[in-house]
Amino acid sequence: MTDPLLSVRNLHVQFNTDEGVVRAVDGVSFDVKRGETVCVVGESGSGKTVACESITRLLPMPPGEIADGEILFDGEDLTDASEKRLESIRGGRIAHVFQNPQSALNPVYPVGAQIVEAIRLHRDVSKQAARDRAIDLLDRVGIPEATARIDDYPHEFSGGMKQRVVIAMALSADPDLLIADEPTTALDVTIQAQILRLLHDLQDEFDMSIVFVTHDLGVVAEIADRVVVMYAGKVMETGSVYDVFDRPSHPYTQALLDCLPGQGESMRPIGGTLPDPKRPPAGCRFHPRCPHATADCRAGDHPEPLTVDAGHEAACVYYGPGYDSSVIRGGSASESRVADGGAAVADPDDGHDSSGGDAR
Amino acid sequence: MSPDPLLSVRELTKHYPITKGVLKSEVGRVKAVDGISFDVAAGETLGLVGESGCGKSTAATSLLRLEDPTGGAVVFDGEDITDYDDTELKRFRRRAQMMFQDPSSSFDPRMSVGESVAEPLAIHGMRDRGRRRRIVENLLERVGLAATDFDRYPHEFSGGQKQRIALARALVLNPDLVVADEPVSALDVSIQAEIISLMRELQAEFGLAIVFISHDLGVVREVCDRVAVMYLGEIVEVADTETLFEDPQHPYTRALISSIPTPDPSRRGQRVELTGDVPSPSNPPTGCRFHTRCPEVIQPEQFDLDQTEWRRVLDLRLRIDDDVDVDDVRTFLVAEGDAETPEEVGEDAVKRELRREFDIPATLSDPDADAILSNGLSALVAGDDQAARRTLDDAFSTVCEQTHPVLESTPQGSTAACHLVDEGVPIDPPANDD
Repeated sequence: MTDPLLSVRNLHVQFNTDEGVVRAVDGVSFDVKRGETVCVVGESGSGKTVACESITRLLPMPPGEIADGEILFDGEDLTDASEKRLESIRGGRIAHVFQNPQSALNPVYPVGAQIVEAIRLHRDVSKQAARDRAIDLLDRVGIPEATARIDDYPHEFSGGMKQRVVIAMALSADPDLLIADEPTTALDVTIQAQILRLLHDLQDEFDMSIVFVTHDLGVVAEIADRVVVMYAGKVMETGSVYDVFDRPSHPYTQALLDCLPGQGESMRPIGGTLPDPKRPPAGCRFHPRCPHATADCRAGDHPEPLTVDAGHEAACVYYGPGYDSSVIRGGSASESRVADGGAAVADPDDGHDSSGGDAR
Repeated sequence: MSPDPLLSVRELTKHYPITKGVLKSEVGRVKAVDGISFDVAAGETLGLVGESGCGKSTAATSLLRLEDPTGGAVVFDGEDITDYDDTELKRFRRRAQMMFQDPSSSFDPRMSVGESVAEPLAIHGMRDRGRRRRIVENLLERVGLAATDFDRYPHEFSGGQKQRIALARALVLNPDLVVADEPVSALDVSIQAEIISLMRELQAEFGLAIVFISHDLGVVREVCDRVAVMYLGEIVEVADTETLFEDPQHPYTRALISSIPTPDPSRRGQRVELTGDVPSPSNPPTGCRFHTRCPEVIQPEQFDLDQTEWRRVLDLRLRIDDDVDVDDVRTFLVAEGDAETPEEVGEDAVKRELRREFDIPATLSDPDADAILSNGLSALVAGDDQAARRTLDDAFSTVCEQTHPVLESTPQGSTAACHLVDEGVPIDPPANDD
């Protein structure tokens, strides 16, 4: 139980394009323990999807290329694995669920046939046994009257129901790890709540780990055990879900939380734009948009992850020697967000709320 | 409320005929929008919220007459636009614009964005190309892009930037009203925040009225002054934004609000969850259209059931015709390994499985109700569907499916269409007795 199920170590994934090398994932490390849900969160273009699709090499290579690092799945390095070996892992011990259920299902076959195909790909069972299992799976993901609906075509299901079918298919080989990439982004909030609940229940039932990719911190709070915040190919902050939401420690995490709508307080956009992936800024990748950036942030390499509390790390110079991290942990970055100048921040006690009350 | 709203929608309906055969005889109607009324004052933002399939987008296109409504009136600045001929309509469209959800599909990929934004000016008679260009360049800067972006093409922009351009195109004629259909739903949270604050700024600057359509109540809370909640073609609640969020009166509104993900892991799992999807608008449920999913559906007086149990019993009763097939249950139990052949499956096993499928406990908290349910299920397993339905229908019927609630004002100052409101049944804080 001590070894993590999945351990991504210093992963570098790049795309070689005519206009230069895009380092979409630039030294990312994270662990997923057994039975744990890890959320990878970040904006579009942060490299979260590329990182997750590299795990089973779903990412077309070329143009993609794993330039460095290792992906240890149950002790086995998948970056060395042969294509044949990966085929048996994909959909077997590691299953994927994607954003758009419409495109994950073949419109000309009944859903049952597609689930049966998935089952028989990884298990040597009779058609009838596979069909019985397909009915059982549809029932477990909450499709009413599974026996009657197994021969229906994808267009006969609503969006939420289609996503349930896709999840049933992903579960067909009893995976140890489910990688869900924005599985609820295309759905209504009410249906999103249903799918999140379902994933949570299934995780207990199937005893699997989940890597959940999303841009929505609200969803993260709902489902994660641990959180990995990514920005421009780098990990900015990792920690337990309570650490990250109670004490968001990286200015980027704080900015992401500030731009969530409908929380009763006025929301604030981050301002600025994602850096050009071909020419990322020197120093901390977030410094052009960061209200607390200092001269140290603008030069050299991206900061190393530094310990905030036990099991909670942030890649920010303020947690290093010679800095006072209370400056950014005062809870509010709003006063200084416009000022691009140094660490001269208004008195943190002047902040507008007390959520980050550990300013000392 | 101001005496003369800018836009006043009265009993707007939009039905689509379902036709069959070569003669296209009408066999049914999809009641996408079924008699909605609301006002929008100048400079005000009204939110129109509901799940997919509630008729929000149809309401938007009908009220701008992009599609002709089946009935009702849309009064814009004192005139009913449903009577307009083509010339009058063109004049109206100069003052009322629309913005769509998907910024990629709402631009012509072969036109530069400047041309796209300038097109409405040309259509409405501005012949001077240089002047059009100056206006558009100015506006592009105003929405946070550069004047030099005029000559670039849509694919060169990100989703958020395209939505800025869409906003510029909606504003280029200096309209009084913009109908924005899910303008931020396709965007990342961080980009959403930018577009929303831009919309707020521009609204103040241009004195715009906005009808803001969204399924995301979090976003609605940020931008809207008032909110109308739609369900299956009808408006079920209208209230000022703060009243709606502080004290929602309709159970549907409560469910929508509680499904907004909150960035607070300690409040996990404390949501009202809606089961199932929105029913088909071609055959909407009788009475209150929400009764098939409502977590607070009223139970008959003679029973004292736990509300969740009552909801599930009602689910079973309502779905007995379409979704419950005893033979399928038998086949399923055989597949599960409970018996060798479907015939061998015992009555009790089928009844247990039916209860399990609807999450009904083995015995209900009210013994009378449990006896009736058990009788109904026995009849069903014995193959007498009619008797089963009769037994269950007689006992488990609710006012919510018999009578259609009308919009009434509530003590909180909102209007809601729900029997819980008009019967004076106390809702969270005890309602006064009128």
